[in-house]
Order: sequence, then structure tokens, then C-alpha cells
Amino acid sequence: MSKPKVAFYWCASCGGCEEAVVDLAENILKVVEAVDIVFWPVALDFKKKDVEAMPDKSIAVSFINGSVRLSEQEEMVHLLRRKSQLVVAFGSCAHLGGVPGLANFWNKETIFRRAYFTTPSTVNPDGVVPQEKVVIEGKELTLPAFYDTVRALDQVIEVDYYLPGCAPPPKLVMDAVLAILEGKLPPKGSVLSPNKSLCDDCDRNKTKPEKLTIKEFKRPWQVMLDPEKCFLAQGIICMGPATRTGCEERCIKANMPCRGCFGPTDQVYDQGAKFLSALASLIDAKDEKEIEKIVQTIDDPAGTFYRFSLPKSILGRRKMEAIK
Amino acid sequence: MITVTIDGKKIQVEEGTTILKASEKLDIKIPTLCYHPLIEPYAACRVCLVEVNLKGKTELMTSCNTKVQEGMEIQTASPRALQSRRLNVEMLLARAPAAEPVQRLARDLGIEKPRFPIKDPTEKCILCGLCVRACEQVVGACAISFIDRGIERKVMPPFGEPSEACIGCTACAHFCPTGAISYEDKYGRKVIHEELYLGPSTAIRVPIRQAVPMVPFIDEKACIHFKTGNCQLCAKVCERQAINHEMEDEIVEIEVGSIIMATGFKPFDARRIPAYGYGRLPNVITALEFEHLVNASGPTGGKILMTNGQEPKSVGIVHCVGSRDEHYNEYCSRICCMYSLKFAHLIKEKTEADIYDFYIDMRCFGKGYEEFYHRLLEEGTKFIRGRVAEITDLALTKEEEGKLIIRVEDTLLGVVRRVPVDMVILATGIEPSVDHNQIAKIFNISCSQDMFFLERHPKLAPVSSFSDGIFLAGCCQGPKDIPDTVAQAGAAAAEALALADKGVFALEPVTAEINEELCSGCQICVGLCPFNAITYDREKDISIVNDALCKGCGTCVAACPSGAAQQRHFRDKQIMAEIEGILLL
Amino acid sequence: MSNGSFEPRLVGFLCNWCSYTGADLAGTARMVYAPNIRIIRVMCSGRVDSQFVLKAFREGADGVLISGCHPGDCHYQEGNYKALRRYKLLVRMLEQLGIEKERCRLAWVSASEGARFQQIVNEFTDQIRRLGPLNFRFDGGSHEQA
Repeated sequence: MSKPKVAFYWCASCGGCEEAVVDLAENILKVVEAVDIVFWPVALDFKKKDVEAMPDKSIAVSFINGSVRLSEQEEMVHLLRRKSQLVVAFGSCAHLGGVPGLANFWNKETIFRRAYFTTPSTVNPDGVVPQEKVVIEGKELTLPAFYDTVRALDQVIEVDYYLPGCAPPPKLVMDAVLAILEGKLPPKGSVLSPNKSLCDDCDRNKTKPEKLTIKEFKRPWQVMLDPEKCFLAQGIICMGPATRTGCEERCIKANMPCRGCFGPTDQVYDQGAKFLSALASLIDAKDEKEIEKIVQTIDDPAGTFYRFSLPKSILGRRKMEAIK
Repeated sequence: MITVTIDGKKIQVEEGTTILKASEKLDIKIPTLCYHPLIEPYAACRVCLVEVNLKGKTELMTSCNTKVQEGMEIQTASPRALQSRRLNVEMLLARAPAAEPVQRLARDLGIEKPRFPIKDPTEKCILCGLCVRACEQVVGACAISFIDRGIERKVMPPFGEPSEACIGCTACAHFCPTGAISYEDKYGRKVIHEELYLGPSTAIRVPIRQAVPMVPFIDEKACIHFKTGNCQLCAKVCERQAINHEMEDEIVEIEVGSIIMATGFKPFDARRIPAYGYGRLPNVITALEFEHLVNASGPTGGKILMTNGQEPKSVGIVHCVGSRDEHYNEYCSRICCMYSLKFAHLIKEKTEADIYDFYIDMRCFGKGYEEFYHRLLEEGTKFIRGRVAEITDLALTKEEEGKLIIRVEDTLLGVVRRVPVDMVILATGIEPSVDHNQIAKIFNISCSQDMFFLERHPKLAPVSSFSDGIFLAGCCQGPKDIPDTVAQAGAAAAEALALADKGVFALEPVTAEINEELCSGCQICVGLCPFNAITYDREKDISIVNDALCKGCGTCVAACPSGAAQQRHFRDKQIMAEIEGILLL
Repeated sequence: MSNGSFEPRLVGFLCNWCSYTGADLAGTARMVYAPNIRIIRVMCSGRVDSQFVLKAFREGADGVLISGCHPGDCHYQEGNYKALRRYKLLVRMLEQLGIEKERCRLAWVSASEGARFQQIVNEFTDQIRRLGPLNFRFDGGSHEQA
């Protein structure tokens, strides 16, 4: 019997997730032994037509990382969906939209303006802006369309499983791969990580005071961070309570607060809003002015609370008409 | 026990009993002047002389302070005793011819006129010293004493100056047998209506005549004991020994299953309407003052009097004072119409006065009330429909002079009238009690717009508050008359009893729950719970809701960052679906 | 939106004890207020999760009213303060998401303030009417070309 076929693909992502695959270290050999990698643009030379040539559902599983922001990505994920039995959204960007999803605070026009005109390092005297179609010497050249809105993978195609994390930790990846190979899969649509928040595994949780209150929000660079104490108890915004666990507390161990890359637990609709509800409750003030003052000590609440999940939030993006 | 014979009758009395007391037991009356049962005898007046025969020896002795001895034969009215008594009284009469008890005694003893010269025909003091002893022994103030000797002897404060030691208790005057000491009202007042309310009263009294429990209390500010440390006469005379001056206020904590709020109301302060002249014009009185005045056990014995002590010839009753008026209270106080009618009826019954009743409209809503109104109409009370604009003493005509003039638009006649009367009764309305807001805060009771406590539902739960187990009764919930109050109080008591009888309490089903499988033990909810219903279980590393303590606000649910906490019947899923539903169209 | 006039759709989250009762009072007193508001009863304004507000906007609400007991009067002692804290942070986030802060209002209405409830709803409706429709769209499933 032939080995199951596996595909890897990347959309709008940093490449970190590809690194995560490599991070499996010697385990990757086991994987390679067990499966047949049929498509992996970052490592192996395949073309789109190779995939098109495959029969539908011939790929056992496609691991797709990155969010969808270009027409090309959209086209590719649709193609892979058609060819695959299972699609796994690999990493925060595919799962929730990820950091690229923060682009949903803007639109194509403003992003292009920034990227091609107003950044200090840009030299563009002719005002050249990428075009989808350009005719040069009688030949038409095309570029993929750039969408106003970044989308998570499941907002474009049907996704079977989610591997959360920026990037997913090797253990989680290995567990997922083994589960797929052994056919021991949880119900479709599951996030392959425990459905509890990070505090469950966090060593600092026991240092939380009985009544947690916050008088002023601080940013990590403003204070000497206690390496053992709960970040919230130090006035540092830590998304841990509103973020799914399973990451092996990589940030916490590096003395940095959780930024929420694993996304919300299953019961939560909107990671940012839910965290806001929790965090604001802790503000230690009853006076309206004082509350206002404390709230003002949070820089960029939306960006902070939705760092990884804006496209998958309830609203999904900033209102288009409000972008100038 | 000692056996003595008094006027031929044998009696056994305890050792140490005085002859006077022993005689009292036999109902033999010995006249006294300087004697008072609560004060040590002093034998100053010597009118209680009796003839005592002991072992063959006969002597005249003062019965008030002579103790009985075994075998004494006492004659209270022997010729010798009577003769001596007569002489003593004659001398007392010469000294204090104006003293009524002496005059009476002299008459009884057949003395018409003393044979001795009268120094001062107005003198009343017999120098018995009861006042001095009262001031010393009872009050403990020692503010007065005898000065000088012999015929110059008199009772005075030191140097005849007003004494700082005097606490103004008037005990001296109270004990004086002849009325030689009196206290006078400097201002010559007769009736001051305003003060009736808080008027002079004793230091030990029942709060009001309708008080429950009907038990007297000691007013520390007025009690002599709390001024001088002495007196305690009340404790001495109380046979039940129920009086304890050492008692202090204490805060008692009582655990209860339910609470009935019956904190009542306060009457509207009529001073807030300056045009009605209350507090400025004499004989403008409030309903409660009139109620006090007309009370048979009130300060005037139930007589309706003006400040000059005369009966009014005409009385005006002004309805809706502080009620149904957007400047003060918009609501109707509900009781004023009916008590005003009662007043009119009482005035009619007790005086000849003309009665004018100024009303907006008559609200005779209760059983038999309308009939009562008709009776008043027949009795001849003059009803004038219109809100009174002003009450003034500024007379425009001769007839108005010395009268209170009520200016009112008679809306039935369509004219502005000036009605001169002698007395005005303001039918003051009902307001929430003084500390209403604090009470509301303590018990977490909402108030309605008129600031009375809000019932849970006007029709379906009229005696319940929004807090389980706290019920409302009476005017704290809104103005109401006695029948309504009794009905509501009964209902509240029944509700409380029902709870007690059941012994169990149905909790609101909307409590929060935390899914153990999903809780990460982040403890954000723990500190947010105002009822300490959430505890963190260190062993399981989860937070747990105590169903009995949870009141179901859902704050923890909104704050639970992992969605592990949910509120029964208000789950996220349900509310989300509700939002979708209401925005469908 | 027939004949050109815009009728806002408002969602009101009202606490059971004060504001909902206040709204009820407005109703039983036959006070007329703008029919634009659609009310969701919660036990306490402290139950109002920011997720609900976003959800309402997402589902087409043009404005969201959160209403609870006056400060100090909360049936649950302090739930309304928690609502206030969340509200203050939420409106900042809403603005970042392109939703004017005027579209989300927090108002204290006691059980006796039927007239106040009427006034607040009318004012809020007028305010949102002036702001115009929110028209929030995010269609995660289809193309959005620039």
C-alpha cells in the first residue's frame, strides 16, 4: 500500500510555520518515512500544474499555513481543498488570521500608500504601484489581486483541523501528524490543543493574588519583570487567561507575557472582546474619571487584544468606510 | 416582730417601723406636713405628735420618726396630743398664714385665728425643710439650704443668688407641701401649639400613647439621675424593680430569615411653604399638632385652644399641604382628606366654631369614607374647593383684624376669597422617612420616583422588595392609611411566615456555574464576585461557584476569559441567539 | 429605510432590576418612546460581555445601549461598575474598529425612571439617526476587491 500523500502550503505568513516543520528535527525523518510529500513549495520544486494533475482527494492531508490576502492564495487553497481529504490550518495565521490579519485595520489603498509612498525608506519618484495587469512590449503581465481584507483559512475554504500557535510547537505538530497517521482524530473542526486557557499550565498562576486588581497598565519594557510572578499581578497585559493552552508557555518562560497566538477557547466567540471584558473588570477604580485614566494606559487596545485574531473576531476588521 | 397598741388596736409590725407607718396600717390618720414617704423624716413641723405610753411612762413623740418599741401604747388623738398639735399648728399658721395645708389643718383642729402676731400674711413657707432634703437626698444637687436662725430662718440658695448647682429640676417645688416654692413660666405662655409636640414632659415616659411595646423609657437628657447621679426615685417606687439606670444602648446582632421593612414616613415640614406662615403665625398648626391638642390625654386635656387659651370661633383646614404640588411632592398623600374630615368632625363636636375645609378634591376612597364625607356636609362644615394661596395676618377690613386670613380661589364660585379664621390646621402630607436613602442602601431596596421603597411588582408582588426575603409594609412603600397599612403588614408577615414555615428557600435559578473541564483556574472571577460565592480550589486548580451564595448577576460570566463560566438561563449562546433573533428583521 | 428616512436599529442590554423595570414602568405608564430599540434583558449590567456589543453591531445594529442601576444602587452591589469599566475600554476599541463611540452608550436608569428611559431612548435614537446607518460588513467568505 502506498504511503499517504501529504502537502504543505504557505499563504500570507512569515515562514515561521515552515520552520516549525523543520523544527521537528529528527522526527521529521519519521514523518518522511511514513508519508509521501507531494507538494511543499518552500522546500521542494513543485508547480501548480503538478497539483492540478493529481486526482481529487488524492492528498491525504494538506497543511496550510498563513492567512489569505491574495487572489493567488485563494486559488491555491481552493485547489488544495479539492485535492485533499483533510485540510489542517497550520499556525495562527491560517487558524485566526494571525499578525497579517492586523492589516484589517486598513485596506489595500492605505497599505499601498504606506508601503509604496510614505515609509521613510521608500524611494519611488515615479509613483510606481503594483498593478494586477500590465502590458509591457505587447505582452500582458499579471500579478495576483491584493484584497482589502485578510482572511483566516476557514473563511475561504472548509478546514478540518486547526493547529494553533505562532508557530505551532513541535510536540503539537508531531502529535497531530501521528493522530492523522493513526486515524485517531477528534471530531472535525477541532483545534488540536487542550480546550483550556494558558493559566491552567502556567507556573505563575499560583502567584496570583486572591483579589486581582489593576491600577495601571504597564508595558513589558517599562518595568523590571519579575520572572515568577503572574504578569497581570504586575500590571502587564497578559492574554494568557483568554488564550488556549498547549504552547508549552514558550513566551512565559522567556519572561514575556502571553500575546494570544493560540487563540480563544472553543466557548469564546471573540478573543479580543472576551479578554477586554475580563481585563476591564479588574480595573481598580469606581470613579468614572479614574477608570478613564487607567484605561488610557493601554496603548492600542484593539491591536493588543486582536494581535492574532482580528479576521476571526466577531467584526473581523475595521469598518471600511472609516479608513482614511 | 413587735406588738404595739394604737388607739386601743393591737398590731404587729416589723422592727424599725415608725409609729406613723404603723398607724397607716391600721388606717389611723395622723396629720403631717413635713413628712414625705420618699424622704428621711425630719420632725420639723411637729403636727404628727402622738402620746406614747411605754412601761408606765407617758410622753409626746413625733410619730414620723419615732420607731415602735415592744409594748408601746399609742394614742394618736389623746387630749394631750391634740392640745400640743393644736398649739403647733397655731404657731405655724401665724408664721405662714397663706399656706393652704396649714389653714386646712387649723380648721380641722378648730383654730380660727392664731393668737400670735402675723408677720407676713402672704407667707407660705413653714420651714419644714422638705425642699432642702429633696434637693440633697433625692436630687443630689444641694442647691438650697436653710440660712440664718430663729425667726430669721429661711430657705435659700447660697447668698440668695441663683445657684449654679441648681439643675432646674423643680423637685423642691414638687415636694413643697404648702406651695411656698413655685416655678413660674417667665413668658406667661398658655398654649404654644408648636411646642405641644415636643412639649414639657417627664424624664420617664412612654414615647407615644400608641407605642408598641407600651413601655416607658428614661430620657437621659431630662433625668435627674443622669445629671447628678442621685434621685432614682422611680427605681425606689417601682414595685417590680423594673427600672435599671445602668442599662445602656447596645448593638445586637440577630440572624433572621426574612426582614419586614416598616420604617414609616415623616410628615411634610410645613415650614417649606412660607406662604402658609407655619412657624411664623400663631395658631397655624399642623395636623399632627392638632391631633396632639385634641387628644383627651393631651396637654389641654383635649380642649381645642388657641395660643391665648381661648376656643377658636372659626377654624380653617387646608388640604394637600406638600402633596399634589409639583413644587413639593407630586403624589397624593392619601390620608389627609380623611383625617381632615375627622378633624372637622371633632371640632364640631367640641366647639361652636365655624369650620372651613379647603380642598382640591375630596378623596374619600375607603370603606364608609364617602358616607362620612356626607355626614360632614350635613353637619355644616363649609367646603371650599380651591388650593389655598396664602395665609396671612394682614387685615384689610375691620372684621379681619386679629384673624388669620386664608386667601383662596374658590373654583366653584370662580372668585378669589379671603376667609378670616381664628385657627388654621395644615393637612400636611407624608414623605419618606429621614434616613430612607441610607436604609435603602443597606437593604439594597430600590426606590420609586417619589422616593418611597419600590415593591417588586405593583400588582403581583406588592409587599415584596427586589431582594428576596425582604418585605415591605406600611408607609415606607408609599402613603397609606391605617387599614391599608394593616392589610399590607399582614401580607408581609404572611410572606415572611411562609418562608419560615417552609424552612427552605427557593434560589433564583439564574446562578452561575463553572465547567470544571474548561476552567483553567485563572481566578479572575474570584475577586469580582460581590458575594464571595466563588472560591478557588487549589487542589483541582479550578474556581467553584457556591450555588447558595450566588445571586446570579453574571458579572463573573462576562469576565470569564475562557468561557468556562456560564450563567444558567443567560448563557452566552442564548444571548448571542437573542441578539441574532432581534436583529433578524 | 423607506421614503429616504433612516430608522436606526438599536439593541438595548438592560439590567433586570433597574433599567428593565424602568423600561417596564415607561411601558405601564404608557410613555411613548422610539420603537427603534430592541431590548435584551440581563440580570445585571455586569453580565454584559463586550462580545455581545460587537455581535449586535455585526448583526446589523446601528447603536447599542447598555443600561444599569445608578452607581451605588446596583442590586448586586457592584456589577454596574464593572459595566462602566468595560464600557470605557470597549468604546476605545470600537473607535479603532471604525465604530463611532457615540454608537455605544452606557446609561444609568433606575427602576423609577420610566421618563428617563423614554428620554434616553429618544435621544439615543435621534443621535444614531443623525450619525446614519452603521452598515458594518465583513463577509469572510467572499472576495472583496479594492
